[in-house]
Amino acid sequence: MKSSVITFPGSNCDRDMDVALNKFGFKNKMVWHDDNELPKSDLVVLPGGFSYGDYLRCGSMASKSKIMKSVINFAKSGGLVMGICNGFQILVETGLVPGVLLRNKYLEFICKNVFIKPANKKNLYFKNIDKNILEFHIAHNEGNYFCTNDQLKEIEDNNQIAIYYCNNKGQIEDKFNPNGSIKNIAGIFNKEKNVLGMMPHPERMIDQCLSGEDGSLFFKNLINNIKNAS
Amino acid sequence: MLVNENIAIEHGLKSDEYKKICKLLKRTPNLTELGIFSAMWNEHCSYKSSRLHLKKLPTKGKKVIQGPGENAGVIDIEDGDAIVFKIESHNHPSFIEPYQGAATGVGGIMRDVFTMGARPIANLNSIHFGSTQHKKTKNLLRGVVHGIGGYGNCMGVPTIAGQTSFDSSYNGNILVNAMTLGLVKKNKIFYSKAAGLDKPVIYVGSKTGRDGIHGASMASASFDEKIEEKKPTVQVGDPFTEKLLLEACLELMEGDSIIAIQDMGAAGLTSSSIEMASKGNLGIEINLNKVPCRESQMTPYEIMLSESQERMLIILEKGKEELAKKIFDKWNLDFSVIGKTTNSKNIELFFDNKQVAKIPVNTLVENSPMYDRKWKKTKLPKKNKFKKDVYNDLKIQDILKKILSNPNICSKEWIWQQYDHTVMGDTIQKPGGDSGVVRVHGTEKAVAASVDSSAVYCWAHPLTGGKQVVAENWRNLVSVGATPIAITNCLNFGSPENEENMGEFVECVQGIGEASKYLNFPVVSGNVSFYNQTKEVGIKPTPSIGGVGLIKDYKKMITMDFKENNNIVLIIGKTEGHMDQSLFARIILDKKNGPPPEVNLFNEKNNGQSLLSLIEKGLVKSAHDISLGGIIVALSKMCIKGNRGIKLNKAKNLINEIEYLFAEDQGRYIIEINQKDLNEVNKILDKNSVYHEELGIIIEKDMIINSKTKVSIDELKSYNTNWFSNYMSS
Amino acid sequence: MKVSAIITLKKDVLDPQGKVIHQTLDGMGFKDVNEVRQGKYFEIDVRENDPAKAKGVVEDMCKKLLANLVIENYKIIETQ
Repeated sequence: MKSSVITFPGSNCDRDMDVALNKFGFKNKMVWHDDNELPKSDLVVLPGGFSYGDYLRCGSMASKSKIMKSVINFAKSGGLVMGICNGFQILVETGLVPGVLLRNKYLEFICKNVFIKPANKKNLYFKNIDKNILEFHIAHNEGNYFCTNDQLKEIEDNNQIAIYYCNNKGQIEDKFNPNGSIKNIAGIFNKEKNVLGMMPHPERMIDQCLSGEDGSLFFKNLINNIKNAS
Repeated sequence: MLVNENIAIEHGLKSDEYKKICKLLKRTPNLTELGIFSAMWNEHCSYKSSRLHLKKLPTKGKKVIQGPGENAGVIDIEDGDAIVFKIESHNHPSFIEPYQGAATGVGGIMRDVFTMGARPIANLNSIHFGSTQHKKTKNLLRGVVHGIGGYGNCMGVPTIAGQTSFDSSYNGNILVNAMTLGLVKKNKIFYSKAAGLDKPVIYVGSKTGRDGIHGASMASASFDEKIEEKKPTVQVGDPFTEKLLLEACLELMEGDSIIAIQDMGAAGLTSSSIEMASKGNLGIEINLNKVPCRESQMTPYEIMLSESQERMLIILEKGKEELAKKIFDKWNLDFSVIGKTTNSKNIELFFDNKQVAKIPVNTLVENSPMYDRKWKKTKLPKKNKFKKDVYNDLKIQDILKKILSNPNICSKEWIWQQYDHTVMGDTIQKPGGDSGVVRVHGTEKAVAASVDSSAVYCWAHPLTGGKQVVAENWRNLVSVGATPIAITNCLNFGSPENEENMGEFVECVQGIGEASKYLNFPVVSGNVSFYNQTKEVGIKPTPSIGGVGLIKDYKKMITMDFKENNNIVLIIGKTEGHMDQSLFARIILDKKNGPPPEVNLFNEKNNGQSLLSLIEKGLVKSAHDISLGGIIVALSKMCIKGNRGIKLNKAKNLINEIEYLFAEDQGRYIIEINQKDLNEVNKILDKNSVYHEELGIIIEKDMIINSKTKVSIDELKSYNTNWFSNYMSS
Repeated sequence: MKVSAIITLKKDVLDPQGKVIHQTLDGMGFKDVNEVRQGKYFEIDVRENDPAKAKGVVEDMCKKLLANLVIENYKIIETQ
């Protein structure tokens, strides 16, 4: 399976993502933001970081960069696009997924492990995944997901919520919400479920000696799902 | 404008120094030249008060590739890999504007490291604030933490460890010391020594503005009507540009175009160009019209003294300009050929086709002033004799609560959760342990780093304090299973013109030197920050020591959390019951006098090396060094982290129970071992003549101190973790 | 009454945000931009009906909290 990771000038999780994708069997290519053409890919990843310093609004300037035109076309033609952290912020700015990401409720950058629960498994990202509750890692300042009531209704009607913040027992409550996201939302799909934006970093959870191994589970499952679908 | 002695004095030069300049030049300097002299001869660049004493520090060793004198120190970690590291202060700017001051401090130290060709792989910091009751403390703390996070997080370099303390002596002078480690191949290290004639001198990075043109610019502005416009401005950090600069520099370094490279830090273009020329014994010629400027009508004086951030000076091989420019264009950074190397041994500046300065390089460097300042020795204070009945009314649980929730002991999670400590995917020991540990990417090796200081001990007796900080740093590395290699130091003191403060400096340096020599733990880089004082009152002497060690197999790394019930807990090193200057004496008994605990370097080395051999043999399940707060605080942290309890044995020593638990004797560790390994561990420790005793056994959920005292781990946790967030949200 | 305040960076202080916004605008085809500087805008409703007094209160806020006078300037605008 082929994957592409887009490197913006201020991306800083691009290498981590590259390591993770390669570890679980993807043939990954790094793609520079100023390129026009996306290489043939089964998965495109917008990695974490500070794409353009994240001045103005996070992801706002990256969403206007050259390569994004190809990424948007790829997504619209049904290709799998996953945005992690800053990548999620970029997806939101391009409009590929609905909503916005505001500054964390307590106005502080948060770096820690969190538990998340996939809302449903009818998509290539979480289908067949062994666990119902996963331990992922977050590291962000602007991960407070927000949308209007109308949008929220539409999102819920279309099953676009991908993952929720919860505790280790899967309870989705306000006290397990690290950043103030509406409804504890940690990740969102587009209507077609081929585009996923999420704040947590699975690529930081791929080794027992790091923060944990639920990221390994995620990537192994993802590549299997892509293989089986093609 | 004509220069005279008064103007020189307004630039911070002394009358004698000004006379010396005129004599060296055989004429009166012009304003630009005076500015250059004042920048090169100030304490920060010239080390004029400290040089004499710093020379005595041990700086060499088998593992040392580069000692002090370069942008950072370099040590060998085998297999062709090397670690570049340094610590630096940004105290004064952080007090004025905590966010930008701390941010640019972090940016500056990372630049020092990647200037040498190394990719930064870990950041650490040591930050010190005034009393928690002081009205400025909370805002300064918040600003500094946000600034450190803002810069480091954006750069994508994990912040893996640090130290925070509160003491009223920092009320008017906070300390912000930032440390960075970088990884480089041994044969790809870049230095700042210029070489070869007629080589192009290149300016890259951000544009030059009027940032941080310090008091010097005030002095010049007083002759100008637009004084408001020219007030010294705080440097603003731009981590995004620094990230671009990092990537661009590393990309250029892959080839062989660079002869020398130097970051523009303090005194910007002045010190960078002069240092490169001086090291190469060459001259340098610069056309200031070619320097990319952010503001219109900047004068040569301003261009030379600007401290705008995120800039580098490079001496390139001839003919490589186009190739280099392409790389910097790709990263959207300024690139300009501003001059060339010459054999004149002068620094010559041109502006609007006129020569605006010409100074022999050696007058700025070798001939800079050096002072043997007067200093006072600190006598070892007399020991307090605590009568045992002062302890009678105390309940251990109450003391424990008070000490675990003390701002200098309590968990600093509120701080380090705001730092990205896991980016780069190699952090295997997070903040909150004895050391931070990162893997060397793609290898079996890992590097441990810790930063420490003990201002209270240094204040009570600088010589002992200096030794103690180095010893504690060494222990923190050993506790995670790392072989200590070398240190960097950031020496924060009051005014060198005050005999007492100078004495504290001299004796702390002596202590640091003795310990690092004995422990074979040389000093490879560092910086000195004097004048941390408000009016006549200096801070407590605060040398920060940043140590680095190597773990050959990262799977053998040790953490401090208790691992398994029924395992045996041992203490290594003898508990004599030293209470003076302990947290207990200061907080519970309110006794602030007395000597710090003695440091026995033989025991430190022997105990540490013996522990490393136990770890190497796989006999140690968890380990933690004993420092502030004594045995009971160390145990509490191991219980909290492991979510397990301990049943303590009755102390074999005849000393009082409270003294046993709270004394701060040095050279001690607590380790956890499996019952089946007890004989082997005892044998090894006995063979090495290491004092050890059984402290207790690991149990569920409770700390059982004696028949009367039992504390649950949840209680310990709440004492330790709640203070900080409560304070910040109050 | 409502009083507004605009906080901007002082003239010679680097504005990293403005710089990158400028570059992006340029990349999007807005070629006629000389410089972009970003600031903050506050709308503060104070319980004070005398315009001069209300402005004074907000000015005090600017000095003490809203602006860092080391790097920023403030300007008070009276709205309604």
